[in-house]
Amino acid sequence: MAKVLVVDDEPNIVLSLEFLMQQAGFEVVTAEDGESALERVAEGTPDLVLLDISLPGISGFDVLERLRADPTNARLPIIMLTAHGREVEREKGMALGADDYVTKPFSTQALVEKVKTLLAEVP
Amino acid sequence: MRSDAVVLTVAFGYLALLFVIAAWGDRRAEQGRSLIGSPTVYALSIAVYCTAWTFYGSVGRATQFGPSFLLIYLGPTLAMLLAPFLIRKMVRIASAQRITSIADFISARYGKSSSLGALVALIALIGITPYIALQLKAITVSHAVLVNYPEAAELRLADEPFWADKSFWVALVLAVFIILFGTRHLDASERHEGMVAAIAFESLVKLAAFLSVGVFTLFVLFAGPGDLFGRVAASPELAGRLGLDAVPGGATGWVGMLVLAFLAFLALPRQFQVLVVENVDERHLARASWLFPLYLVAINLFVIPIAMAGLLLAGDAADPDSFVLTLPLSADLEGLPLLVFIGGLSAATSMVIVETIALSTMVSNQLVMPLLLRTRRLHRGGRGELAGWLLGIRRVAIVLILLLGYLYHALIGDAYSLVTIGLVSFAAACQFAPAMLIGMYWRGATRNGAALGLIAGTLVWAWTLLIPGFAQSGWLDAGFLEQGPWGLAWLRPYALFGLEGWDIYTHALLWSLTANVGLLVGVSLFSRQSPLEQTQAALFTEAMHPHLLQTSLWHGQTSRGELRALLDRYLGAAATARIFADQDGEAPGDERPAAPALIARAEQALSGALGNASARVLINSVVRGEALDLESILSILDTTSETLEVNRRLEQQSQELARTSEELRAANERLRELDRLKDEFVAMVSHELRTPLTSIRAFAEILRDSQALPEEKRAHFLEVVVKESQRLSRLIEEILDLARLESGRLTLDPQRLDLVALARHSVDAVHHMQEDRGVALEVAIAPQAAPVVGDPDRLEQVIINLLDNAGKFADEGEPRVRLSLVRHKDHYRLAVEDNGPGIAAEERERVFEKFHQIQRPGESPEKRRGRPSGSGLGLPISRGIVAHLGGRLWVEEAPHLGGACLVMELPEAPAS
Repeated sequence: MAKVLVVDDEPNIVLSLEFLMQQAGFEVVTAEDGESALERVAEGTPDLVLLDISLPGISGFDVLERLRADPTNARLPIIMLTAHGREVEREKGMALGADDYVTKPFSTQALVEKVKTLLAEVP
Repeated sequence: MRSDAVVLTVAFGYLALLFVIAAWGDRRAEQGRSLIGSPTVYALSIAVYCTAWTFYGSVGRATQFGPSFLLIYLGPTLAMLLAPFLIRKMVRIASAQRITSIADFISARYGKSSSLGALVALIALIGITPYIALQLKAITVSHAVLVNYPEAAELRLADEPFWADKSFWVALVLAVFIILFGTRHLDASERHEGMVAAIAFESLVKLAAFLSVGVFTLFVLFAGPGDLFGRVAASPELAGRLGLDAVPGGATGWVGMLVLAFLAFLALPRQFQVLVVENVDERHLARASWLFPLYLVAINLFVIPIAMAGLLLAGDAADPDSFVLTLPLSADLEGLPLLVFIGGLSAATSMVIVETIALSTMVSNQLVMPLLLRTRRLHRGGRGELAGWLLGIRRVAIVLILLLGYLYHALIGDAYSLVTIGLVSFAAACQFAPAMLIGMYWRGATRNGAALGLIAGTLVWAWTLLIPGFAQSGWLDAGFLEQGPWGLAWLRPYALFGLEGWDIYTHALLWSLTANVGLLVGVSLFSRQSPLEQTQAALFTEAMHPHLLQTSLWHGQTSRGELRALLDRYLGAAATARIFADQDGEAPGDERPAAPALIARAEQALSGALGNASARVLINSVVRGEALDLESILSILDTTSETLEVNRRLEQQSQELARTSEELRAANERLRELDRLKDEFVAMVSHELRTPLTSIRAFAEILRDSQALPEEKRAHFLEVVVKESQRLSRLIEEILDLARLESGRLTLDPQRLDLVALARHSVDAVHHMQEDRGVALEVAIAPQAAPVVGDPDRLEQVIINLLDNAGKFADEGEPRVRLSLVRHKDHYRLAVEDNGPGIAAEERERVFEKFHQIQRPGESPEKRRGRPSGSGLGLPISRGIVAHLGGRLWVEEAPHLGGACLVMELPEAPAS
């Protein structure tokens, strides 16, 4: 069973994502800020990360950069979640190596589809 | 006996201070940050009018002739009232013509006549020397009185060798001083900024000193004005002496003295220097025209009381000219007499400094330089060498003028009282007034008229005032005063042509001005002006309307045909035809002479096309006969004066432009910043709105898509949707509040209310909520009632927000919140504190920034879970509301619970 790491500082958003991923048949771990997200990855590499950008402490971009800096996580699928929805941020996220970029509020079905597609691509 | 050393030290210290001020003023002028660019300094510098004569002599004159001394100050007041017309014109002319002194002014008006300039300089030298003598005398006498008191000051002037005479040394010291800062460098405009600054300072010193004596006399020696006047009234002889009828010469005496002071104020070389030559901006006249008369009122306020007090206490035996000094001395004071001495010294030195500089400028520019230039030796020298010569001449002139003043003082200074010497000089200066004033308004006044008027007026002055003065001091046989020279009674100096019973000054003024004006007008009517004189006369009389000068400057002749051909060439046939339009029957070969008006019109038309100077040259090329001589053409082509004015205006405009563009740049910067803030705000708002919206949409979709959801989960998810919707609407409400606050459209309903009741109400409102979270809420309200003006709903919103925040940030384990209300001066302070970790000092202002989320130091994310997070708008809104109500909201350390403390302060409502 694929493992999805959900990183967001809004408890209700985490709750909804957790439910959605579980319903889609994935195991879910959660983190509420950048530091704990990195800890979760270190504890046991997830198969996919849903990563919010504005997090308390180190931001989602920093988390992304650090994950990509580690060769073991170079191909880890990461989907950025953001409430900013600005084109510059999308480009920045993609440049830093995000696999996809989802603007809040998002369509739950589309998000689940994206997650499934990315996980299917992983060898 | 007072120590001479102390007095001398103080006096020299004062002179050194003056020098420092002057040097500072010059330094600032060189740096382009003028000290004297202020109308107040200008007005104070004009107060150089008040010399030692005013300082000591006014009281002396008041004891003899009652309030007549006031006329000496009414004259200048009158002149200053006319400043917007008369003095403004003088300033305008002087700056356009680069006038350096009154001699230069008169010489320039009458065709730059060097002989006339020399004449004025010579008369000034003769007429003003007594006045300088008077200042030296005042310094010496006041020093002697100060040092010898209570013994009478004995002055044995003529019996002593000059090196034993203090005034000789005073003159020398002053000469050195004036050379040091009057002739430091040459300036085209002859402005001495440092000197003006020092003079303005001296004006303050003498005023302060005189007022001190006045206050001392009136309130220390006597028990106020009532006491003094009462005691004077008890002595009819004394009362009569100070009455209005004590004025010599009666009504004519009044008028004579007024005219004398009025004219002298304008024509005295030093007044001309400060009023006109040193004027840096003619707009300064506006303030000076009331400030200077006010100064005169202030310095004359105590003259009569001091005179009365002197006569009451010292009697007739004492010298009234020294009352200012002897009154405080009689009270055995140490400091005040010294201050008075310095005041008198400042009055005397300011006069001597300005007068000597003005005279030395005249002597060098109008007397010596023209002679040297005539010898042609100087022509070979370069400009630098010339400047060196000029400075050298001026320095020598300064020494000579002061020595002359000393000689006059030593030889005949004793015969006259202070005021008398002053008036003799005033009458001499008045002789310049007709040539100057009539020349400014009547274009027809000629050089010959001015010169003859000046000579005649001065001779009459010498006969009726100066020579009798010599006679009275024993240098001449005084018999002719009574019988007239060679027994000719109608030539008696004090009763010329049998005019008896007049005050000697009015008498002298009448005859000298009659001769002066009579010859000036009479001779002018029958003499011709040279072309340059005509030009200058026009430039002077039309100084306020330079554009009118175009006409009638042409007195040469040309034929209409020639003029037509010229215009044709430059303007074309059509324009030429228009100019000649009113003249019918023109032919190209017309030999009739062109009228001056037509030439002027032609020049105007050419100016429009080619510019002033070229037009002048072109017209000159066809005008023959009595054409302008080379110098006049040069003076016209030398547009320096005009250029200076234009430059000044350009300078002003460019400064204004620079200022405007700087303002625009700043405004632009501000707009850009505002724009950036707006973008940031919009981004933040969108972020904040998206967050609850994301939860709402996600759960709504989950509820829609997942049919087989357990009931409790469904209920939980619905609850989340509702909560997040509420959060969303609250957020929208807050954003709207903030927008209203920032645009100033927040509608508050301010009314008188009791903050105590409101605080209790708010506490009740949050009570159950706090209880749910287990927060212990403590309330400490000191006053019975706290009347403030505010909007009750909004204030409650603020207090609830504060309580809510405190509850959120209070200690996790044992949360405590404390609300207190105290009176502080005329304000009420409501403080809400918690026992949480507090807010770091550098964060205390940032919590009022929009969307700022307070983070607890070292807080773990787990612990934050479940704590309701704010929008980050509550505190900025609260602060905005409180500010709208005239209060303040800030963060400080909690005094009781150790956490954060938010303090709201509101002013107490005025008693209803």
